[in-house]
Amino acid sequence: MSLAANSPESTLDRAHCVDLMRQMLRVRRFEEKCAELYNASKIRGFLHLYIGEEAVAVGAMQVLQPEDAIVATYREHGHALLRGISARSIMAEMFGKVEGCSRGRGGSMHLFDAATRFYGGNAIVGGGLPIAVGLALADKMLGRERVTACFFGEGAVAEGEFHESMNLAALWNLPVLFCCENNLYAMGTALKRSESEVDLCLKASSYEVPAWPVDGMDVIACENATRHAYLSVHSGGGPCFLEFRTYRFRAHSMFDPQLYRDKQEIEEWKKRDPITSLQSRLTERGLISDGELKQLEDEIAAEIADATEFAEKGTLEPVEALVRFVYSEKRGA
Amino acid sequence: MSTEKGPIRITYREAMKQAIRDALLRDPRVFVMGEDVGRYGGCYAVTKGLLDEFGPERIRDTPLSESAFVGAGIGAAMGGMRPIIEMMTVNFSLLALDQIVNNAATILHMSGGQFNVPLVIRMTTGAGRQLAAQHSHSLEGWYAHIPGLKVLAPATLEDARGMLWTALEDPDPVLIFEHNALYNMEGELAPDAGAIDIDKAAIRRPGADVTLITYGGSLRKAIEAAENLAQEHIEAEVLDLRSLRPLDTSTFIDSVSRTHRAVIIDEGWRTGGISAEISARIMEEAFYELDCPVARVCSAEVPIPYAKHLEDAALPQVASIMEVVKQMMGGHG
Repeated sequence: MSLAANSPESTLDRAHCVDLMRQMLRVRRFEEKCAELYNASKIRGFLHLYIGEEAVAVGAMQVLQPEDAIVATYREHGHALLRGISARSIMAEMFGKVEGCSRGRGGSMHLFDAATRFYGGNAIVGGGLPIAVGLALADKMLGRERVTACFFGEGAVAEGEFHESMNLAALWNLPVLFCCENNLYAMGTALKRSESEVDLCLKASSYEVPAWPVDGMDVIACENATRHAYLSVHSGGGPCFLEFRTYRFRAHSMFDPQLYRDKQEIEEWKKRDPITSLQSRLTERGLISDGELKQLEDEIAAEIADATEFAEKGTLEPVEALVRFVYSEKRGA
Repeated sequence: MSTEKGPIRITYREAMKQAIRDALLRDPRVFVMGEDVGRYGGCYAVTKGLLDEFGPERIRDTPLSESAFVGAGIGAAMGGMRPIIEMMTVNFSLLALDQIVNNAATILHMSGGQFNVPLVIRMTTGAGRQLAAQHSHSLEGWYAHIPGLKVLAPATLEDARGMLWTALEDPDPVLIFEHNALYNMEGELAPDAGAIDIDKAAIRRPGADVTLITYGGSLRKAIEAAENLAQEHIEAEVLDLRSLRPLDTSTFIDSVSRTHRAVIIDEGWRTGGISAEISARIMEEAFYELDCPVARVCSAEVPIPYAKHLEDAALPQVASIMEVVKQMMGGHG
């Protein structure tokens, strides 16, 4: 998509709305499949699902351009999928296969892809922010008009790296789009139990970084807010901060009995499910039919079945190659 | 006037500065980033004058945000730049340990070889200036524990002048440890001195009776001890490791196999230190060549104290090296 086509009106376009629906469903169904495969012991380690938060990444990714860079967290399957990393290579990665996007060395939390400038799932909360600042610094120093989008949870605002990175990005006027996915819980610790000031935009603003809260359950709001911020960042206005207010419907990881939140609260948020919300809006306006929805579901199911089969049939890295990629194989970069 | 240039008199500090200046002139991707590297001129005056010549974009003063500017260096390196980060002292690098250990050292591997991090971090290390327990430690051995990093310790003018460019050409993160007591060391350097290998340990003084294995700030002490011992008819070979990771094992194994005795001198602590690693490798590969047990001269197991007599007592000294060697020779000579 060119920047010119990146106008607010495009979000109301029927084809575009159907695509938003398709992308959210892809992420949802992919994550559901991951949970199933985890329970079948096909996927191991930690597995963090994005179910409930799909509108954020789907909305934001509409705006980001191929030349931009993405830095994500350990809850990044959706971001990777939406960025254009194939479902096959993501699934193969989670199966620990050499066909995986990180050759089976990263797993669920460390999806990487050079072709789409996807700089990883980072599993240290806040650890990706300084890297995003550096990617943006390189772009600025090399005169490249690009944006680095950095996704992180609200738990990161408790880390020093958040504050250091906000300051540095603002001080040096760097093209970083900070996308905070506020799902209210840092693992099991509620924001209000861990922060004296829970207004995240205020924290970003205190570093002179323009900041807006966004309804993270509304994909169109997410897309529009991202576009607004993106244009500012892209045109040299320095970093922006978006607080996407969202909610994780599933446990933090597969080992979490969720003792820290009420079932009632989860049910309340589920009423605002970003997928069913968009579906109702589209159905009400006659923008999507049941037949089309079924077709989307069928296509997605086929893509995921294909990815799972691909991962199953994938090969294991020979153990002789264990210590590859500790150092580069060629000197002189 | 003769056109033939003889050796020039130069300090270690100036040799390091020339190396940085040379790198900035050679490669537009190179820039320097750190606390007080610009207007102040560098805590140890290594970068003094470079701001005037190269400007604030390439001699980049940072806030006191070690984690953010090291992480930004990682991001900038992945984004195509060749950053040289200056860390005032190794103790401050602990504030950036997350970025160095969790990101710089792992990203190549976690990404299945897709993203390398061509980053150089220079740090001041070591004691001897009465700077007490938060500015005097020798933690290079810690960093040498980490796969994915390379750890250099230039102890001579040639290495101060030559290691940086080689490190910058390396596709992976390289840490350079400069002992603070070396900055004022003065000597002669060839006018065409330049890039130098970082792979091999060097025999700085040949000898047949015992091998003194050391690096960095302890090299001069080891050489002085060897010269004093020669007066007493003990010929010590002095081996400068130059690189702590990777360790050039074959050079010290060859030397010990000739002299049949080894003393390791390390300003780091004995417990769990690099000296223990070297000793273990000698046991593994040259046990039957030894005439007596390997000995070590390390720092006392204490945070480095302020008072001069206590600091002196805590560190390896010429006298303590000589004493250990004489004991060894007396027992088995």
